[in-house]
Amino acid sequence: MLSRNFTDSLIEKLIFACGFAAIILVSLIFFFLLREGLGFFAQYNIKEFISGHFWYPTSKPAGFGILPLIMGSLFVTLGAAVIAVPVGVMAAFYISEVAPVAVRDILKSGIELLAAIPSVVIGFIGMVTLVPLVRVIFDIPTGLSAFSGALMLAFMAMPTIVSISEDAIRSVPGTYKEGALALGATKWQTMYRIILPAAAPGILAAVMLGIGRVIGETMAVMMITGNAAAIPDTIFDPVRTMTATIAAEMGETVKGSMHYKGLFAIGLVLFVITFIINFIADSFLNRVKK
Amino acid sequence: MKIKIINIIAVCLCLLALGCSKESRDRAALAKSKSIQIKGSDTIVNLVQKWAEDFSAKDTSINIGITGGGSGTGFAALINGTCDIAMSSRSIEEAEIKQAGENKIFPVEYKVGLDGLMVIVNPKNPVGELTLAQVRDIFMGTTKNWKELGGPDKKIVMLSRESNSGTHMFFKEHVIRKGDKKNKDEFSPRALLMSSSQAIVNEVVGNPNAVGYVGIGYMSAALKAVAIAKKKGDKFISPDIDSVLSDKYPISRPLFLYASSKNNKLVNDFIEYSLSDEGQKTVRKLDFVPLRKL
Repeated sequence: MLSRNFTDSLIEKLIFACGFAAIILVSLIFFFLLREGLGFFAQYNIKEFISGHFWYPTSKPAGFGILPLIMGSLFVTLGAAVIAVPVGVMAAFYISEVAPVAVRDILKSGIELLAAIPSVVIGFIGMVTLVPLVRVIFDIPTGLSAFSGALMLAFMAMPTIVSISEDAIRSVPGTYKEGALALGATKWQTMYRIILPAAAPGILAAVMLGIGRVIGETMAVMMITGNAAAIPDTIFDPVRTMTATIAAEMGETVKGSMHYKGLFAIGLVLFVITFIINFIADSFLNRVKK
Repeated sequence: MKIKIINIIAVCLCLLALGCSKESRDRAALAKSKSIQIKGSDTIVNLVQKWAEDFSAKDTSINIGITGGGSGTGFAALINGTCDIAMSSRSIEEAEIKQAGENKIFPVEYKVGLDGLMVIVNPKNPVGELTLAQVRDIFMGTTKNWKELGGPDKKIVMLSRESNSGTHMFFKEHVIRKGDKKNKDEFSPRALLMSSSQAIVNEVVGNPNAVGYVGIGYMSAALKAVAIAKKKGDKFISPDIDSVLSDKYPISRPLFLYASSKNNKLVNDFIEYSLSDEGQKTVRKLDFVPLRKL
């Protein structure tokens, strides 16, 4: 017969293991990335890797310059942020402060639904509908561009931005609002003079997490950004992102080759970038709690 | 507390070890069963698929799995021991043979057909004839506007395949580098790298500024194939089965199957079937060029 104490300690151990599994998995992934990626820098100059203009991984001699890829990711991410942040934050304000209860419920479930759409579907819709439209509207040579990618990715960042911003806005103490209204401020004045500053750290965290999602996105960008590994002049040029490069080329590489290690090195760069973004977002979120 | 942590680490290591041995188990399973794994070129994936269907129709216990991804993908799988046959639209490279040898795999080459590479544009584009040098200038980014070739004043959008594609490699070696092994010229970095030949076709159909290259099997009424001349003054030749078979069309290439060994009977039977009259008729039916007149 099992004693209560034994069951208790067994379950405690199990929970402990589950809790640590996440951390162990992350560190295993990180060590694997390091192992495969760092070997690359033993044979290739890191400065040339980061600042090189040419990505010709299969040529001889091969060119492993990822500056065009970094610029590609940057253009798409910034473009998506410029579109998604104002729309997302305003939507959060509408949902939490303005909308009547019935509308709020519909909007909230709609946004959750948006988060559930697989990225390949978003990419496919973008490829079929948006890309030809962008080419005609802006009269550019091809619609496969950073702009199309940014627009589609904005849709993917929106759910994150809206739902976390909304939480932040809602956690502003009701007394702030009541005080402002009692002093004769209008609803709009209350919103942008009182609630926005009070919720700002949370909103910033939401924005950072949204950006984190965009920069790691792969399938949709691979389908609609054109994948040309050249440094773009404008947002209407085709770009190739770091994620799309890894996804498109990993299948062809021979394990242990320079190309294989180079892709892991890109993964390492990407990991560092998303780690920094998440770290910033986290520190803002912590500030909200205090 | 300390003991607990050690336990957990031990469990993780066990899991890791399990993961590592999976590869060797894959290889063993591959050798035993009555199945063939084929990977590689997107160009001929439909052709090999048809062969596989006809071949296994005679014996339903045979199981043939076929995946595309590009010639480079096929060779990588052959070297890593995860497929029996690599299909390819380029010949294997020295480096790849060496890497395979290090893994105790010695690929055997079989030429199974020919293919013409056509340069395609939108039917709205008035440009219909180009010399090889002009095609080269387009894809190297030296010629930037259709105006320079007698077309409208529009920027040229170059469509290329991903670098794992045999079509990409062949085009680079024979058009961009003019077949000269010492030549180090590259596609313009501004070329859009598309994930499949069908993606190139789709973009050309929808975009009058685009130009791309695909195998002649992809010809359709919504496309225009440019007639190519070897050099200025030569006759412009349209790509079709006859001009490729008679070697008049300047951009044509062999198609290969690479077996991972000579000793797999099922694989040998399959390749023998592909080279038979019946198999070569399928080549013709799918708009590739058979090895001999049938």
